[in-house]
Amino acid sequence: MNIYEEDILDHYENPSNYGKLEEPDISYEEDNPLCGDQIRMDLEVEDGVIKDVRFCGHGCTISQAAASMLTEEVKGQALEDVKQLTKDDILEMLGIPLGPVRLKCGLLALKVLKAGAYGIKGWPGDEDDEEA
Amino acid sequence: MYVDRDEFRPLDVDRIRKDFPIFADDSPIAYLDSAASSQTARCVLEAMDGYYRSYRSNIHRGIYRISEEATAAYEDARQKIARFINSRRASQIVFTRNTTESINLVAHSWGNANIDQDDEILLTVMEHHSNLVPWQLLAERTGAKLRFIEVTDEGLLQLDDLDQLLTERTKLVAITHVSNVLGTINPVHEIIAAAHSVCATVLIDAAQSVPHLPVDVQALDCDFLAFSGHKMCGPTGVGVLYGKRDLLEDMPPFLGGGSMIRAVQRERSTYADLPTKFEAGTPAIAEAIGLGQAVDYLEEVGLDAVHAHEQQIIDYAHQKLREIDGISVYGPKPRLKAGVITFNLEGIHPHDLAGVLDTTGVAIRAGHHCAQPLMQHYGVIATARASFYLYNTMEDVNRLHDGLLKAQNLLARRQG
Repeated sequence: MNIYEEDILDHYENPSNYGKLEEPDISYEEDNPLCGDQIRMDLEVEDGVIKDVRFCGHGCTISQAAASMLTEEVKGQALEDVKQLTKDDILEMLGIPLGPVRLKCGLLALKVLKAGAYGIKGWPGDEDDEEA
Repeated sequence: MYVDRDEFRPLDVDRIRKDFPIFADDSPIAYLDSAASSQTARCVLEAMDGYYRSYRSNIHRGIYRISEEATAAYEDARQKIARFINSRRASQIVFTRNTTESINLVAHSWGNANIDQDDEILLTVMEHHSNLVPWQLLAERTGAKLRFIEVTDEGLLQLDDLDQLLTERTKLVAITHVSNVLGTINPVHEIIAAAHSVCATVLIDAAQSVPHLPVDVQALDCDFLAFSGHKMCGPTGVGVLYGKRDLLEDMPPFLGGGSMIRAVQRERSTYADLPTKFEAGTPAIAEAIGLGQAVDYLEEVGLDAVHAHEQQIIDYAHQKLREIDGISVYGPKPRLKAGVITFNLEGIHPHDLAGVLDTTGVAIRAGHHCAQPLMQHYGVIATARASFYLYNTMEDVNRLHDGLLKAQNLLARRQG
């Protein structure tokens, strides 16, 4: 399967929820020093529910498309439920297999979201390794 | 068989490609990442296989036939490498794991004994992290100061102020012979002479030069020189440190253990002669034998011919890639560099370039190439890099060009 599927390119060219919130309840930004991908996530949370979300940043197709897809997924969800999202959920959204280097590109948005919302700093998926 | 240097002949690339099993495929990969790691020649694989199948044993200690055979093959590889870079003695060739370990050996053994807080270490902005971080660590241990030769916009070393940078405080100059990012061939001969005029010791990172150019350590008069086997048609896991004999003899051991000793008592030990003093533990025997075979192979082909071939390819690559709208090529013009071309396409992340090229069977590198200070100098986060070797063809360049156009069609619609 080609990692440059039309769906991914659509999200890259016309990302959903791109930009910043004026008064976000949660705002967090991080980059991946290996390739310079950078993502900021802004969340508006009301009664434990993500009412609105925006992302901005720059980087490769995979990092930006994954961020766009993730914002669509979490909008309207309970903040607590979002905590359960995993590496596999991101791979399912992207619908393509990713090698170890590009995996980090794909997971950056979720990493930023979890770090901002819950202070979880590690890479999604690494927690599985620790259990194993 | 050695190439008569007066009688230059172009490379027979079709024949050379048959020497590399990876290209035997019906639709072979366009492998443009030899600056990271080259492909392995069949004769190298066979030499290592021969060791494992016929005389696998440890070296230096066994009193039996195959151990003596292994020892002879390992030491024969050392002789070949000494001859290859024109080291006066084979005992000045220390087997390490790779260039990185060779440099760390010098930073610890020579550096701890010779560098103190009033000293300066002169580097360049284009160093690979392996010739930067060991010196940062040494500076942290000793309080010494790091200074840097800057890089011009063209990608050459800024040598106008070398006289100001080299002072009686300068104890070490550690520079790369060929930049792994820009391909720039640095005038190391002149820099070494200038450094010696202030009595500084000079280490040359030759990871990108020894595989591609004739290198003569006596003509250069360098004090240390480091390179890796895996970038020169040899296996991974073996590298070389060359050093001047007086320096190596005065240096304390780096790693302690078996082999590197003369006599061991409870509280203290005495150490073996060169080069064994620096080869603690069982070394990469098969890999050293493989590297010796790789050296034989490169000598047979001739490094002058390899360099000339890369010059032709890089000339063509420059011409072909400059046809692409929105391309930025970093580094000097082809005749000033080795077989490397580093570039960016406007609006496309280099990872995406490498990703799309991969779908067409073209392998290039994308990222910071372990040279972040150089990336900062150019104000970019990452670049794409294609690097060439003796087995690459003009057709590989065409495939690179066509893949980049494909990436552009696919991705250049939104500014990244």
